[in-house]
Amino acid sequence: MLYSDKVMEHFGNPRNVGVIEDADGIGEVGNPICGDVMKITISVADDRIDDIKFQTLGCGAAIATSSIVTEMAKGMTLDEAVAITKNQVAEELGGLPPAKMHCSVLATDGLKVAVDDYLVKHGREPIAGPVKSADPNFDPHEDEDDHAH
Amino acid sequence: MDRTVYLDYAATTPTDQRVVDAMLPFFTERFGNANSLYSLGRDAARALEDARERVASSIGAAAPDEIVFTAGGTESDNTAIIGLATAGGRAAGHVVVSAFEHHAVLEPAWWLGKHGFEVTEVQPRTDGTVHPDDLAAALRDDTVLVSVMHGNNEIGTLQPIAELAAAAHARGALFHTDAAQTLGKVDLGVAALGVDAASFSGHKIYGPKGTGVLYLKRGTRLAPYLIGGGQESKRRSGTQNVAGNVGFATALEIMDAERPTEAPRLTALRDRLVEGLLGRIEHARLNAADAPERLPHIANFVIPGVEGEAMLLHLDAAGIAVSTGSACSSGSLKPSHVLLAIGCPVEFAHGSLRVSLGRFTTAEDVDYLVDMLVPVAERLRSMNPLYEKTVAALVGHAG
Repeated sequence: MLYSDKVMEHFGNPRNVGVIEDADGIGEVGNPICGDVMKITISVADDRIDDIKFQTLGCGAAIATSSIVTEMAKGMTLDEAVAITKNQVAEELGGLPPAKMHCSVLATDGLKVAVDDYLVKHGREPIAGPVKSADPNFDPHEDEDDHAH
Repeated sequence: MDRTVYLDYAATTPTDQRVVDAMLPFFTERFGNANSLYSLGRDAARALEDARERVASSIGAAAPDEIVFTAGGTESDNTAIIGLATAGGRAAGHVVVSAFEHHAVLEPAWWLGKHGFEVTEVQPRTDGTVHPDDLAAALRDDTVLVSVMHGNNEIGTLQPIAELAAAAHARGALFHTDAAQTLGKVDLGVAALGVDAASFSGHKIYGPKGTGVLYLKRGTRLAPYLIGGGQESKRRSGTQNVAGNVGFATALEIMDAERPTEAPRLTALRDRLVEGLLGRIEHARLNAADAPERLPHIANFVIPGVEGEAMLLHLDAAGIAVSTGSACSSGSLKPSHVLLAIGCPVEFAHGSLRVSLGRFTTAEDVDYLVDMLVPVAERLRSMNPLYEKTVAALVGHAG
Protein backbone atom coordinates (compact mmCIF):
# COMPACT_ATOMS: atom_id res chain seq x y z
CA MET A 1 0.00 0.00 0.00
CA LEU A 2 1.54 3.25 -1.11
CA TYR A 3 0.34 6.80 -0.56
CA SER A 4 0.69 9.45 -3.25
CA ASP A 5 3.13 12.31 -2.70
CA LYS A 6 0.19 14.66 -2.25
CA VAL A 7 -1.30 12.50 0.53
CA MET A 8 2.07 12.46 2.27
CA GLU A 9 2.45 16.22 1.83
CA HIS A 10 -0.96 16.92 3.39
CA PHE A 11 -0.34 14.36 6.12
CA GLY A 12 3.02 15.94 7.01
CA ASN A 13 1.77 19.54 6.72
CA PRO A 14 -1.97 19.46 7.31
CA ARG A 15 -3.82 22.74 6.56
CA ASN A 16 -6.44 24.32 8.80
CA VAL A 17 -5.82 22.22 11.90
CA GLY A 18 -7.67 23.28 15.02
CA VAL A 19 -11.05 24.36 16.29
CA ILE A 20 -12.87 27.61 15.52
CA GLU A 21 -14.09 29.06 18.82
CA ASP A 22 -17.78 29.99 18.62
CA ALA A 23 -18.07 28.12 15.32
CA ASP A 24 -21.26 28.57 13.31
CA GLY A 25 -21.39 24.87 12.46
CA ILE A 26 -19.83 21.75 13.95
CA GLY A 27 -19.56 18.33 12.31
CA GLU A 28 -18.37 15.30 14.26
CA VAL A 29 -18.22 11.93 12.52
CA GLY A 30 -16.68 8.50 13.01
CA ASN A 31 -15.84 6.83 16.33
CA PRO A 32 -12.73 5.60 18.10
CA ILE A 33 -13.78 1.94 17.80
CA CYS A 34 -13.37 2.07 14.02
CA GLY A 35 -10.22 4.12 14.48
CA ASP A 36 -11.21 7.34 12.72
CA VAL A 37 -12.80 10.39 14.32
CA MET A 38 -13.13 13.76 12.64
CA LYS A 39 -14.42 17.13 13.84
CA ILE A 40 -14.93 20.03 11.46
CA THR A 41 -15.83 23.53 12.61
CA ILE A 42 -16.91 26.24 10.16
CA SER A 43 -17.71 29.90 10.26
CA VAL A 44 -20.22 31.07 7.67
CA ALA A 45 -20.75 34.51 6.08
CA ASP A 46 -23.33 35.12 3.33
CA ASP A 47 -23.87 31.39 2.94
CA ARG A 48 -20.20 30.89 2.16
CA ILE A 49 -17.63 29.01 4.23
CA ASP A 50 -15.59 31.83 5.57
CA ASP A 51 -13.27 29.78 7.75
CA ILE A 52 -12.89 26.08 8.40
CA LYS A 53 -10.77 23.98 10.77
CA PHE A 54 -10.47 20.30 11.54
CA GLN A 55 -9.24 17.84 14.14
CA THR A 56 -8.79 14.20 13.18
CA LEU A 57 -7.83 11.03 15.00
CA GLY A 58 -6.94 8.59 12.26
CA CYS A 59 -4.47 7.19 9.78
CA GLY A 60 -2.42 9.08 7.22
CA ALA A 61 -5.26 9.05 4.70
CA ALA A 62 -7.79 10.29 7.27
CA ILE A 63 -5.58 13.27 8.13
CA ALA A 64 -4.76 14.05 4.48
CA THR A 65 -8.40 13.84 3.34
CA SER A 66 -9.48 16.06 6.24
CA SER A 67 -6.81 18.58 5.33
CA ILE A 68 -7.66 18.72 1.63
CA VAL A 69 -11.41 18.93 2.23
CA THR A 70 -10.90 22.05 4.34
CA GLU A 71 -8.79 23.53 1.56
CA MET A 72 -11.39 22.69 -1.09
CA ALA A 73 -14.35 23.94 0.96
CA LYS A 74 -12.89 27.25 2.09
CA GLY A 75 -14.71 30.02 0.19
CA MET A 76 -17.34 27.70 -1.28
CA THR A 77 -21.07 28.30 -0.94
CA LEU A 78 -22.82 25.88 1.41
CA ASP A 79 -24.44 24.18 -1.61
CA GLU A 80 -21.07 23.71 -3.27
CA ALA A 81 -19.49 22.41 -0.07
CA VAL A 82 -22.04 19.66 0.55
CA ALA A 83 -21.75 18.60 -3.11
CA ILE A 84 -18.06 17.62 -2.73
CA THR A 85 -17.85 13.87 -3.32
CA LYS A 86 -15.47 11.30 -1.88
CA ASN A 87 -14.12 10.66 -5.37
CA GLN A 88 -13.30 14.34 -5.85
CA VAL A 89 -11.41 14.28 -2.55
CA ALA A 90 -9.46 11.18 -3.57
CA GLU A 91 -8.76 12.65 -7.02
CA GLU A 92 -7.54 15.90 -5.53
CA LEU A 93 -5.02 13.87 -3.50
CA GLY A 94 -3.72 12.02 -6.53
CA GLY A 95 -5.63 8.87 -5.60
CA LEU A 96 -6.04 6.78 -2.44
CA PRO A 97 -5.34 3.08 -1.86
CA PRO A 98 -8.67 1.18 -2.22
CA ALA A 99 -8.62 0.15 1.46
CA LYS A 100 -8.45 3.83 2.43
CA MET A 101 -11.36 5.16 0.34
CA HIS A 102 -13.62 5.23 3.39
CA CYS A 103 -11.44 8.00 4.83
CA SER A 104 -12.56 10.37 2.09
CA VAL A 105 -16.17 9.55 2.98
CA LEU A 106 -15.46 10.61 6.54
CA ALA A 107 -14.05 13.96 5.39
CA THR A 108 -17.00 14.81 3.12
CA ASP A 109 -19.42 13.56 5.77
CA GLY A 110 -17.86 15.81 8.42
CA LEU A 111 -18.32 18.81 6.16
CA LYS A 112 -21.95 17.91 5.41
CA VAL A 113 -22.78 17.55 9.09
CA ALA A 114 -21.15 20.91 9.87
CA VAL A 115 -23.13 22.69 7.13
CA ASP A 116 -26.44 21.14 8.23
CA ASP A 117 -25.62 21.98 11.85
CA TYR A 118 -25.24 25.64 10.84
CA LEU A 119 -28.50 25.63 8.86
CA VAL A 120 -30.55 23.92 11.59
CA LYS A 121 -29.17 26.27 14.26
CA HIS A 122 -30.47 29.14 12.13
CA GLY A 123 -33.93 27.61 11.77
CA ARG A 124 -33.34 26.55 8.16
CA GLU A 125 -33.82 23.24 6.40
CA PRO A 126 -30.74 20.95 6.27
CA ILE A 127 -29.44 20.43 2.71
CA ALA A 128 -27.08 17.48 3.12
CA GLY A 129 -29.27 15.12 5.14
CA PRO A 130 -28.15 12.35 7.49
CA VAL A 131 -24.79 10.69 6.91
CA LYS A 132 -23.85 7.14 7.93
CA SER A 133 -20.61 8.04 9.70
CA ALA A 134 -22.38 10.35 12.20
CA ASP A 135 -24.07 7.24 13.62
CA PRO A 136 -22.23 6.18 16.81
CA ASN A 137 -22.32 2.57 15.60
CA PHE A 138 -20.88 3.37 12.19
CA ASP A 139 -18.39 0.79 10.97
CA PRO A 140 -16.53 1.76 7.81
CA HIS A 141 -15.23 -1.80 7.47
CA GLU A 142 -18.61 -3.49 7.60
CA ASP A 143 -18.39 -4.46 3.94
CA GLU A 144 -14.95 -5.98 4.28
CA ASP A 145 -14.06 -9.63 4.56
CA ASP A 146 -13.03 -10.42 8.13
CA HIS A 147 -9.94 -12.26 7.10
CA ALA A 148 -8.77 -10.15 4.20
CA HIS A 149 -5.16 -9.06 4.34
CA MET B 1 16.88 13.59 8.48
CA ASP B 2 19.57 11.17 7.35
CA ARG B 3 19.64 9.01 10.44
CA THR B 4 18.01 5.62 10.01
CA VAL B 5 17.09 3.46 12.95
CA TYR B 6 15.71 0.01 12.27
CA LEU B 7 13.61 -1.26 15.18
CA ASP B 8 11.51 -3.91 13.44
CA TYR B 9 13.71 -7.02 13.86
CA ALA B 10 10.65 -9.16 14.62
CA ALA B 11 9.46 -8.40 11.07
CA THR B 12 12.74 -9.35 9.46
CA THR B 13 16.50 -9.07 9.92
CA PRO B 14 19.36 -8.24 7.58
CA THR B 15 21.28 -11.32 6.50
CA ASP B 16 24.52 -11.46 8.46
CA GLN B 17 27.58 -11.02 6.24
CA ARG B 18 29.07 -14.24 7.68
CA VAL B 19 25.92 -16.03 6.53
CA VAL B 20 26.11 -14.51 3.06
CA ASP B 21 29.76 -15.60 2.79
CA ALA B 22 28.85 -19.17 3.75
CA MET B 23 26.07 -19.24 1.14
CA LEU B 24 27.83 -17.70 -1.85
CA PRO B 25 29.74 -20.75 -3.20
CA PHE B 26 26.44 -22.67 -3.52
CA PHE B 27 25.08 -20.20 -6.08
CA THR B 28 28.02 -20.61 -8.41
CA GLU B 29 30.78 -23.25 -8.38
CA ARG B 30 28.97 -25.60 -5.93
CA PHE B 31 25.63 -25.36 -7.69
CA GLY B 32 24.82 -29.07 -7.90
CA ASN B 33 21.43 -30.64 -7.24
CA ALA B 34 21.67 -32.47 -3.92
CA ASN B 35 19.72 -35.38 -5.44
CA SER B 36 22.20 -36.02 -8.28
CA LEU B 37 24.55 -38.97 -8.02
CA TYR B 38 27.69 -37.50 -9.61
CA SER B 39 30.31 -35.67 -7.57
CA LEU B 40 28.84 -32.17 -8.00
CA GLY B 41 25.53 -33.50 -6.64
CA ARG B 42 27.23 -35.39 -3.82
CA ASP B 43 29.06 -32.21 -2.82
CA ALA B 44 25.73 -30.37 -2.56
CA ALA B 45 24.18 -33.30 -0.68
CA ARG B 46 27.02 -33.29 1.83
CA ALA B 47 26.58 -29.55 2.42
CA LEU B 48 22.82 -30.03 2.79
CA GLU B 49 23.17 -32.92 5.26
CA ASP B 50 25.83 -31.03 7.18
CA ALA B 51 23.38 -28.09 7.49
CA ARG B 52 20.67 -30.52 8.64
CA GLU B 53 22.95 -31.96 11.34
CA ARG B 54 23.89 -28.50 12.56
CA VAL B 55 20.24 -27.45 12.87
CA ALA B 56 19.31 -30.74 14.56
CA SER B 57 22.11 -30.29 17.05
CA SER B 58 21.17 -26.69 17.82
CA ILE B 59 17.52 -27.44 18.61
CA GLY B 60 18.28 -30.70 20.38
CA ALA B 61 16.57 -32.98 17.85
CA ALA B 62 17.13 -36.71 18.37
CA ALA B 63 18.33 -37.19 14.80
CA PRO B 64 19.04 -35.09 11.69
CA ASP B 65 16.12 -36.68 9.82
CA GLU B 66 13.76 -34.88 12.16
CA ILE B 67 14.68 -31.69 10.29
CA VAL B 68 12.69 -30.87 7.15
CA PHE B 69 13.90 -27.86 5.18
CA THR B 70 11.11 -25.64 3.85
CA ALA B 71 10.81 -22.30 2.12
CA GLY B 72 9.92 -20.39 5.28
CA GLY B 73 7.94 -20.14 8.49
CA THR B 74 4.61 -19.92 6.70
CA GLU B 75 5.27 -23.11 4.75
CA SER B 76 6.38 -24.90 7.92
CA ASP B 77 3.20 -23.78 9.73
CA ASN B 78 0.87 -24.65 6.85
CA THR B 79 2.53 -28.04 6.41
CA ALA B 80 2.31 -28.83 10.12
CA ILE B 81 -1.31 -27.78 10.64
CA ILE B 82 -2.78 -29.36 7.54
CA GLY B 83 -0.25 -32.18 7.19
CA LEU B 84 -0.55 -33.42 10.78
CA ALA B 85 -4.35 -33.08 10.92
CA THR B 86 -4.90 -34.95 7.66
CA ALA B 87 -2.11 -37.54 8.10
CA GLY B 88 -3.08 -41.07 7.13
CA GLY B 89 -6.10 -39.79 5.21
CA ARG B 90 -7.89 -38.42 8.27
CA ALA B 91 -10.81 -36.28 7.11
CA ALA B 92 -12.41 -35.20 10.38
CA GLY B 93 -11.43 -34.38 13.93
CA HIS B 94 -10.93 -31.55 16.36
CA VAL B 95 -8.08 -29.02 16.16
CA VAL B 96 -7.17 -26.48 18.84
CA VAL B 97 -5.15 -23.33 18.22
CA SER B 98 -4.64 -20.23 20.34
CA ALA B 99 -6.53 -17.12 19.25
CA PHE B 100 -3.35 -15.06 18.93
CA GLU B 101 -1.44 -17.33 16.57
CA HIS B 102 0.23 -15.89 13.49
CA HIS B 103 -2.07 -16.04 10.46
CA ALA B 104 0.24 -18.71 8.98
CA VAL B 105 -1.30 -21.00 11.64
CA LEU B 106 -4.79 -19.47 11.91
CA GLU B 107 -5.53 -19.58 8.19
CA PRO B 108 -4.75 -23.31 7.69
CA ALA B 109 -6.71 -24.03 10.89
CA TRP B 110 -9.70 -22.13 9.49
CA TRP B 111 -9.19 -23.98 6.20
CA LEU B 112 -9.46 -27.28 8.09
CA GLY B 113 -12.61 -25.88 9.71
CA LYS B 114 -14.16 -25.58 6.28
CA HIS B 115 -13.03 -29.06 5.23
CA GLY B 116 -14.46 -31.51 7.73
CA PHE B 117 -12.61 -30.57 10.93
CA GLU B 118 -13.81 -28.63 13.96
CA VAL B 119 -11.60 -25.86 15.26
CA THR B 120 -11.49 -24.32 18.73
CA GLU B 121 -9.55 -21.14 19.46
CA VAL B 122 -8.24 -20.91 23.01
CA GLN B 123 -8.08 -17.34 24.33
CA PRO B 124 -4.88 -16.16 25.94
CA ARG B 125 -5.29 -14.29 29.23
CA THR B 126 -4.51 -10.60 29.68
CA ASP B 127 -0.95 -11.47 30.70
CA GLY B 128 -0.39 -12.55 27.08
CA THR B 129 -0.16 -16.22 28.02
CA VAL B 130 -2.18 -19.29 27.12
CA HIS B 131 -2.82 -21.07 30.41
CA PRO B 132 -2.61 -24.88 30.46
CA ASP B 133 -5.95 -25.09 32.34
CA ASP B 134 -7.66 -23.14 29.56
CA LEU B 135 -6.16 -25.46 26.96
CA ALA B 136 -7.16 -28.56 28.95
CA ALA B 137 -10.75 -27.29 29.07
CA ALA B 138 -10.81 -26.98 25.26
CA LEU B 139 -9.50 -30.49 24.58
CA ARG B 140 -11.85 -33.30 23.55
CA ASP B 141 -11.56 -37.02 22.98
CA ASP B 142 -11.40 -36.38 19.24
CA THR B 143 -8.78 -33.62 19.43
CA VAL B 144 -6.05 -34.59 16.98
CA LEU B 145 -3.81 -31.53 16.98
CA VAL B 146 -2.99 -28.55 19.18
CA SER B 147 -0.90 -25.59 18.04
CA VAL B 148 0.29 -22.80 20.33
CA MET B 149 3.11 -20.46 19.42
CA HIS B 150 6.29 -20.39 21.49
CA GLY B 151 6.81 -16.61 21.50
CA ASN B 152 4.17 -14.18 20.36
CA ASN B 153 5.41 -12.08 17.46
CA GLU B 154 3.53 -8.92 18.45
CA ILE B 155 3.76 -8.75 22.23
CA GLY B 156 6.78 -11.01 22.82
CA THR B 157 5.26 -13.16 25.55
CA LEU B 158 6.59 -16.70 25.98
CA GLN B 159 4.13 -19.56 26.31
CA PRO B 160 4.49 -22.48 28.75
CA ILE B 161 4.95 -24.92 25.87
CA ALA B 162 6.10 -27.92 27.94
CA GLU B 163 2.96 -27.78 30.10
CA LEU B 164 0.68 -27.13 27.11
CA ALA B 165 2.21 -30.03 25.16
CA ALA B 166 1.81 -32.32 28.17
CA ALA B 167 -1.88 -31.36 28.40
CA ALA B 168 -2.37 -32.13 24.71
CA HIS B 169 -0.53 -35.45 24.95
CA ALA B 170 -2.60 -36.46 27.99
CA ARG B 171 -5.62 -36.38 25.67
CA GLY B 172 -3.88 -38.14 22.81
CA ALA B 173 -3.40 -35.07 20.60
CA LEU B 174 -0.26 -34.02 18.75
CA PHE B 175 1.34 -30.72 19.66
CA HIS B 176 2.88 -28.20 17.24
CA THR B 177 4.50 -24.89 18.10
CA ASP B 178 5.35 -21.95 15.86
CA ALA B 179 8.78 -21.00 17.20
CA ALA B 180 9.71 -18.48 14.49
CA GLN B 181 10.23 -15.69 17.03
CA THR B 182 12.05 -17.69 19.69
CA LEU B 183 14.61 -19.65 17.66
CA GLY B 184 18.05 -18.36 18.54
CA LYS B 185 16.61 -15.79 20.96
CA VAL B 186 16.11 -18.13 23.93
CA ASP B 187 17.50 -21.54 24.84
CA LEU B 188 15.32 -23.84 22.83
CA GLY B 189 15.31 -27.63 22.95
CA VAL B 190 12.53 -29.53 21.25
CA ALA B 191 12.86 -32.45 23.67
CA ALA B 192 12.48 -30.16 26.70
CA LEU B 193 9.49 -28.48 25.06
CA GLY B 194 8.01 -31.90 24.41
CA VAL B 195 6.58 -30.96 21.03
CA ASP B 196 5.85 -33.23 18.07
CA ALA B 197 6.47 -30.50 15.53
CA ALA B 198 7.88 -26.99 15.46
CA SER B 199 8.20 -24.28 12.83
CA PHE B 200 11.22 -22.03 12.31
CA SER B 201 12.10 -19.21 9.95
CA GLY B 202 15.52 -18.21 8.61
CA HIS B 203 15.02 -14.48 8.08
CA LYS B 204 14.17 -13.83 11.73
CA ILE B 205 17.68 -14.98 12.75
CA TYR B 206 19.83 -13.01 10.28
CA GLY B 207 19.51 -15.77 7.70
CA PRO B 208 18.06 -15.46 4.21
CA LYS B 209 14.36 -14.92 3.47
CA GLY B 210 12.63 -17.89 1.89
CA THR B 211 14.23 -20.43 4.23
CA GLY B 212 12.63 -22.37 7.04
CA VAL B 213 12.61 -25.59 8.97
CA LEU B 214 9.90 -27.92 10.17
CA TYR B 215 10.99 -30.07 13.07
CA LEU B 216 9.09 -33.32 13.00
CA LYS B 217 9.62 -35.78 15.81
CA ARG B 218 10.60 -39.20 14.52
CA GLY B 219 7.58 -41.42 13.99
CA THR B 220 5.15 -38.50 13.57
CA ARG B 221 2.95 -39.07 10.55
CA LEU B 222 2.57 -36.21 8.12
CA ALA B 223 0.62 -35.80 4.90
CA PRO B 224 3.12 -33.88 2.74
CA TYR B 225 1.97 -30.44 1.68
CA LEU B 226 4.23 -30.16 -1.35
CA ILE B 227 4.32 -33.33 -3.43
CA GLY B 228 6.46 -34.22 -6.39
CA GLY B 229 10.00 -35.57 -6.48
CA GLY B 230 9.91 -36.91 -2.94
CA GLN B 231 12.80 -34.88 -1.54
CA GLU B 232 13.24 -34.45 2.24
CA SER B 233 12.26 -38.12 2.77
CA LYS B 234 8.97 -37.52 0.90
CA ARG B 235 7.91 -34.90 3.45
CA ARG B 236 8.64 -31.85 1.28
CA SER B 237 9.15 -32.18 -2.45
CA GLY B 238 11.15 -29.71 -4.46
CA THR B 239 14.87 -29.40 -5.14
CA GLN B 240 16.47 -28.31 -1.89
CA ASN B 241 17.71 -24.76 -1.49
CA VAL B 242 21.25 -25.74 -0.58
CA ALA B 243 22.59 -22.20 -0.33
CA GLY B 244 19.59 -21.12 1.74
CA ASN B 245 19.77 -24.11 4.07
CA VAL B 246 23.50 -23.64 4.59
CA GLY B 247 22.63 -20.01 5.37
CA PHE B 248 19.97 -21.09 7.86
CA ALA B 249 22.35 -23.40 9.71
CA THR B 250 25.13 -20.80 9.76
CA ALA B 251 22.76 -18.10 11.02
CA LEU B 252 21.52 -20.37 13.79
CA GLU B 253 25.06 -21.22 14.92
CA ILE B 254 25.88 -17.52 15.16
CA MET B 255 22.73 -16.96 17.24
CA ASP B 256 23.72 -19.79 19.56
CA ALA B 257 27.32 -18.57 19.89
CA GLU B 258 26.32 -14.97 20.63
CA ARG B 259 23.22 -15.57 22.78
CA PRO B 260 25.03 -15.64 26.15
CA THR B 261 26.02 -11.99 25.65
CA GLU B 262 23.33 -10.89 23.20
CA ALA B 263 20.24 -11.93 25.20
CA PRO B 264 21.19 -9.90 28.31
CA ARG B 265 22.26 -6.97 26.11
CA LEU B 266 18.88 -6.93 24.34
CA THR B 267 17.00 -7.39 27.60
CA ALA B 268 18.75 -4.33 29.04
CA LEU B 269 17.99 -2.29 25.91
CA ARG B 270 14.35 -3.39 26.00
CA ASP B 271 14.05 -2.38 29.64
CA ARG B 272 15.69 0.96 28.87
CA LEU B 273 13.13 1.47 26.11
CA VAL B 274 10.17 0.55 28.32
CA GLU B 275 11.36 2.81 31.11
CA GLY B 276 12.13 5.71 28.78
CA LEU B 277 8.93 5.50 26.80
CA LEU B 278 6.58 5.02 29.74
CA GLY B 279 8.41 7.78 31.61
CA ARG B 280 8.16 10.33 28.83
CA ILE B 281 4.89 9.58 27.02
CA GLU B 282 1.98 10.33 29.29
CA HIS B 283 -0.59 7.53 29.66
CA ALA B 284 1.48 5.08 27.55
CA ARG B 285 1.19 1.44 28.58
CA LEU B 286 3.16 -1.74 27.98
CA ASN B 287 0.93 -4.46 26.60
CA ALA B 288 0.88 -7.78 28.49
CA ALA B 289 2.95 -6.09 31.21
CA ASP B 290 2.09 -8.93 33.63
CA ALA B 291 3.59 -11.66 31.43
CA PRO B 292 5.57 -14.17 33.49
CA GLU B 293 8.16 -14.57 30.72
CA ARG B 294 8.92 -12.51 27.65
CA LEU B 295 11.32 -12.40 24.73
CA PRO B 296 14.32 -10.12 25.17
CA HIS B 297 13.77 -8.16 21.97
CA ILE B 298 10.06 -7.26 21.67
CA ALA B 299 8.05 -4.57 23.46
CA ASN B 300 4.52 -3.57 22.51
CA PHE B 301 2.96 -0.33 23.69
CA VAL B 302 -0.36 1.42 23.55
CA ILE B 303 -0.12 5.19 23.09
CA PRO B 304 -3.68 6.27 23.94
CA GLY B 305 -5.15 9.04 21.80
CA VAL B 306 -2.81 8.29 18.90
CA GLU B 307 -3.53 6.27 15.77
CA GLY B 308 -0.82 3.75 14.92
CA GLU B 309 -0.39 4.32 11.21
CA ALA B 310 -0.09 8.09 11.58
CA MET B 311 2.49 7.55 14.34
CA LEU B 312 4.40 5.08 12.14
CA LEU B 313 4.48 7.51 9.19
CA HIS B 314 5.77 10.38 11.33
CA LEU B 315 8.46 8.13 12.82
CA ASP B 316 9.38 6.98 9.32
CA ALA B 317 9.90 10.62 8.38
CA ALA B 318 12.44 10.71 11.24
CA GLY B 319 14.18 7.65 9.79
CA ILE B 320 12.72 5.16 12.28
CA ALA B 321 11.25 1.81 11.21
CA VAL B 322 8.79 0.31 13.70
CA SER B 323 5.45 -1.42 13.32
CA THR B 324 1.94 -1.08 14.57
CA GLY B 325 0.00 -4.26 15.24
CA SER B 326 1.29 -7.08 13.10
CA ALA B 327 3.36 -6.05 10.10
CA CYS B 328 1.53 -8.76 8.17
CA SER B 329 -1.80 -6.98 8.74
CA SER B 330 -0.61 -3.68 7.35
CA GLY B 331 -2.94 -4.05 4.38
CA SER B 332 -5.86 -4.63 6.71
CA LEU B 333 -7.67 -1.93 8.63
CA LYS B 334 -8.67 -4.16 11.52
CA PRO B 335 -6.71 -3.63 14.68
CA SER B 336 -4.37 -6.42 15.77
CA HIS B 337 -6.09 -9.71 16.57
CA VAL B 338 -3.34 -10.36 19.11
CA LEU B 339 -4.07 -7.23 21.14
CA LEU B 340 -7.81 -7.85 21.00
CA ALA B 341 -7.24 -11.44 22.18
CA ILE B 342 -5.42 -10.24 25.31
CA GLY B 343 -8.24 -7.85 26.14
CA CYS B 344 -6.80 -4.59 24.84
CA PRO B 345 -9.73 -2.25 24.06
CA VAL B 346 -10.27 -1.75 20.31
CA GLU B 347 -9.69 2.01 20.42
CA PHE B 348 -6.31 1.45 22.09
CA ALA B 349 -5.34 -1.39 19.75
CA HIS B 350 -5.51 1.18 16.91
CA GLY B 351 -2.73 3.05 18.72
CA SER B 352 -0.30 0.20 19.31
CA LEU B 353 3.42 0.40 18.68
CA ARG B 354 5.64 -2.67 18.38
CA VAL B 355 9.34 -2.08 18.82
CA SER B 356 11.67 -5.02 18.21
CA LEU B 357 15.40 -4.83 18.82
CA GLY B 358 18.25 -6.76 17.28
CA ARG B 359 21.93 -7.31 16.63
CA PHE B 360 22.68 -3.78 15.49
CA THR B 361 20.49 -1.88 17.96
CA THR B 362 22.29 0.51 20.31
CA ALA B 363 21.21 2.47 23.39
CA GLU B 364 21.39 5.60 21.20
CA ASP B 365 18.84 4.06 18.81
CA VAL B 366 16.43 3.37 21.64
CA ASP B 367 16.86 6.88 23.05
CA TYR B 368 16.40 8.39 19.59
CA LEU B 369 13.08 6.59 19.18
CA VAL B 370 11.79 7.94 22.49
CA ASP B 371 13.08 11.44 21.66
CA MET B 372 11.30 11.40 18.30
CA LEU B 373 8.12 9.82 19.65
CA VAL B 374 7.52 12.53 22.25
CA PRO B 375 6.72 15.31 19.74
CA VAL B 376 4.89 12.89 17.40
CA ALA B 377 2.54 11.78 20.17
CA GLU B 378 2.06 15.39 21.29
CA ARG B 379 1.25 16.53 17.77
CA LEU B 380 -1.19 13.71 16.97
CA ARG B 381 -2.91 14.11 20.33
CA SER B 382 -3.33 17.84 19.72
CA MET B 383 -5.13 16.94 16.46
CA ASN B 384 -7.37 14.37 18.15
CA PRO B 385 -10.86 15.79 18.81
CA LEU B 386 -11.47 13.21 21.55
CA TYR B 387 -8.17 13.42 23.37
CA GLU B 388 -9.47 15.15 26.48
CA LYS B 389 -12.27 12.60 26.76
CA THR B 390 -9.77 9.76 26.31
CA VAL B 391 -7.58 11.08 29.10
CA ALA B 392 -10.56 11.65 31.38
CA ALA B 393 -11.61 8.03 30.85
CA LEU B 394 -8.06 6.76 31.48
CA VAL B 395 -7.65 8.78 34.65
CA GLY B 396 -11.09 7.62 35.73
CA HIS B 397 -10.04 3.97 35.25
CA ALA B 398 -6.80 4.53 37.10
CA GLY B 399 -8.64 6.23 39.98
